[in-house]
Amino acid sequence: MEIGLTHYLIVSAILFAMGIFAIITRKNAILVLMGLELILNAANLNFIAFARYGGLNVNGEIAALFVIIIAAAESAVALSIILNIYQNYHHVNVDEVETLKD
Amino acid sequence: MSAENILIISIVILLLPLVSFIINIFWGKKLGKLSSYIASTILGIDLILAILIFVNKVFGEYQVSSFIKNGINIITNNEIIQAKINWLNIGNFNLNLGIGIDNLASIMLIVVTLISFLVHIFSMIYMHDDKRFSRFYAYLGIFTFSMLGIVLANNLLNMYIFWELVGLSSYLLIGFWYEKDSAANAGKKAFLVNRVGDTGFFIGILMLFSVFGTLMFDDLFATIGSAETITAIANGSIHLPFGLDYQTYLTIAGILIFCGAIGKSAQFPLHVWLPDAMEGPTPVSALIHAATMVAAGVYMTAKIFPMLTADALNFIAIIGTITAFIAATIAVTQTDFKKVLAYSTVSQLGYMVMGLGIGAFSAGFFHLVTHAWFKAALFLGSGSVIHAMHVAMHNAHDHHTDPQNIFNMGGLRKNMKITYITFLIATIAISGVPLTSGFLSKDSILAGSLAFADLTGGLAWLVPIVGFGVAGLTAFYMFRLTILAFHGKPKTSIAKETKENSFKIVMPLVVLAILSIWIFYSPNPIDANSGWFMDKVKVPTSAVPIEYQRPSMIYEVALNHTLGEQAHSATEFEESMHHFHLPAMILSLLIAGAGITLAFLIYQFKIFNADNIEKQFKPLHTFSLNKWYFDELYDKTAIAFTMFVAKIMSYFDDKVIDGIVNGFAYVTRGVSKITGIFDNVVVDGAVNLVANVTGGLGAITRKLQTGKVQAYVALAFVGIIALIFIFI
Repeated sequence: MEIGLTHYLIVSAILFAMGIFAIITRKNAILVLMGLELILNAANLNFIAFARYGGLNVNGEIAALFVIIIAAAESAVALSIILNIYQNYHHVNVDEVETLKD
Repeated sequence: MSAENILIISIVILLLPLVSFIINIFWGKKLGKLSSYIASTILGIDLILAILIFVNKVFGEYQVSSFIKNGINIITNNEIIQAKINWLNIGNFNLNLGIGIDNLASIMLIVVTLISFLVHIFSMIYMHDDKRFSRFYAYLGIFTFSMLGIVLANNLLNMYIFWELVGLSSYLLIGFWYEKDSAANAGKKAFLVNRVGDTGFFIGILMLFSVFGTLMFDDLFATIGSAETITAIANGSIHLPFGLDYQTYLTIAGILIFCGAIGKSAQFPLHVWLPDAMEGPTPVSALIHAATMVAAGVYMTAKIFPMLTADALNFIAIIGTITAFIAATIAVTQTDFKKVLAYSTVSQLGYMVMGLGIGAFSAGFFHLVTHAWFKAALFLGSGSVIHAMHVAMHNAHDHHTDPQNIFNMGGLRKNMKITYITFLIATIAISGVPLTSGFLSKDSILAGSLAFADLTGGLAWLVPIVGFGVAGLTAFYMFRLTILAFHGKPKTSIAKETKENSFKIVMPLVVLAILSIWIFYSPNPIDANSGWFMDKVKVPTSAVPIEYQRPSMIYEVALNHTLGEQAHSATEFEESMHHFHLPAMILSLLIAGAGITLAFLIYQFKIFNADNIEKQFKPLHTFSLNKWYFDELYDKTAIAFTMFVAKIMSYFDDKVIDGIVNGFAYVTRGVSKITGIFDNVVVDGAVNLVANVTGGLGAITRKLQTGKVQAYVALAFVGIIALIFIFI
């Protein structure tokens, strides 16, 4: 069986679903962040797969590179926010960080 | 001395007392007693400068010249040296200020500065213990300044400005001891009574200005009688106020301006303030209410003399005669040392005004000057006596005796020799005994009154009758005062303990008493006409059209062909005055002698009992003691009327004006209440409604915002899936 575009997309969809699942269900902010990274990587996989098979004339590799760089920056920012949250609340439970609500 | 220098020195004379005022008002407390020395030195310099001006102007000759230098118009002739400066220019409206020195002004300069200087010296002792010592000297400074301003004025505007300043400083000085109610009230009374006269003065000034457009004396006099003016009035290009004819207009203007003199020189019916003004410190009474300020009215009348018509002169003569008579009859019964002198001043001022009114111009002004010396001497003498009484009371710890009541004195002659002698000389002078200045001047006025009566006839004879009667009364009450205060035995223990005062009080008395001797005015002790005074102070030529002048006072102008100038022959009046000189002298001597003898008979030798006479003439005595009930009359009429009007005004104010104001307030309040309700209910309601609705919606929607990130993500995910199902 030859591996084609569909396989890549299925893997990507599984990764994405796992990412969403992680974001929705995990209470720990670090785990939520990890879910986010999964989603980004699912998107990256899509970019590259479409670049290889899609014939859509999209330079997906470049977009993937951008995403990786942004993901790195984003995780740096997000981790520092989480650190701050931890310093203020002594936990990183996203459910209980809701002071902006009021 | 050049005319310019004379003007500059006059300005310096005018401003020096102002410097004294400024120093004493700002630094007086720091200077303490030193302020009196500073003020006196300044006045001393002032006096020396005044003498300089006097000698140079009165005995100097000046060429006619007129030129403009630095915008100041300097006009010189032998009569007057004057400077005019343009002060205000609005379109055709010009106001000029200026100063002028004629013979009258230079003589008055000496009178004012010398008496002010002596009063400064005198006050060093008299006011020594006063807590507002330097303030007193400051006020003396501002008074002297304003008085000199009147003297130097060569126009009615300047004169009016300083006239009011004099009124102010007199108010300050009369009310100097304002802790005493009587002094504060006397100050107020003097100010208000003067205001009545000054209002007339001001209306008179405005009347002249509205028609002639100038207030300079010389321009005014030149315009009044000029042919152009008369033609302009005849053909209607000059409009006189109220449609008056020219003669009536001039008479009314003259009388209105003279109203200022009625107030300031305490003439009937405005004489009531002067006796009350005796509440001020005695040196002030000597300076203001004997010698200078009250003379300002006479001086002003002398200055405007050329514009007075025959009718105005008659009016002035009548006022003067009435004043002289009323005041003399009141003075006879007064018991307060200073009140006697005050009424005697009013009476003598009446003489001066009468002198001017009957046309004896030089005599009237001469009497002003001689009276200034001996009346200042009398007042300062009374100050010396009162001070000695005060000191004696202080030593005896007596606080009840009235130090001014002549019935508490007696026998002061032995204790206070110099005061007594100087007082006696002044008394002799005011009584009109030969060898004194008072004799010369009074005699001239009386001769004038006889001449006036002879030329006018009829009721005019009342003028000399009153004049001579008053001369007798004057001699009587002045000697009554002297005998009661200085002769006989001391009536109280206080009077026994009095002592002569120190040099600073005695020296002014001596100077003034010496000036009351005839020799300074005329070498001939019985005829003033041989002296320099009558030679230098001549009746000014009348400026009014010849038909409005008093016929007996018109000069017959004859052209002197050899000299090529107009020479004046004597007027009918002047000739008649010469003619009556001897009868007047003899008559006045007899009457004064009778007055003096009567005073001695009653009070010295007690041949007639004063109490018996008093009982016999009880109603007359009471009438005189109560000052003819003038104060009561004014209380009942003028003051009551004013109060009545004030009450109506107050009622009007309370009910009508306040009613209108309150009505407006009420309406405004009602309207604002309605507006308030509208604002609260409708406008605020709408605003609140919007806010409430927004708030309500917010409250509903905020429930969706749980703050749980996972919930948002889940919803977003579900939403995207739903969208995908819907659209794909």
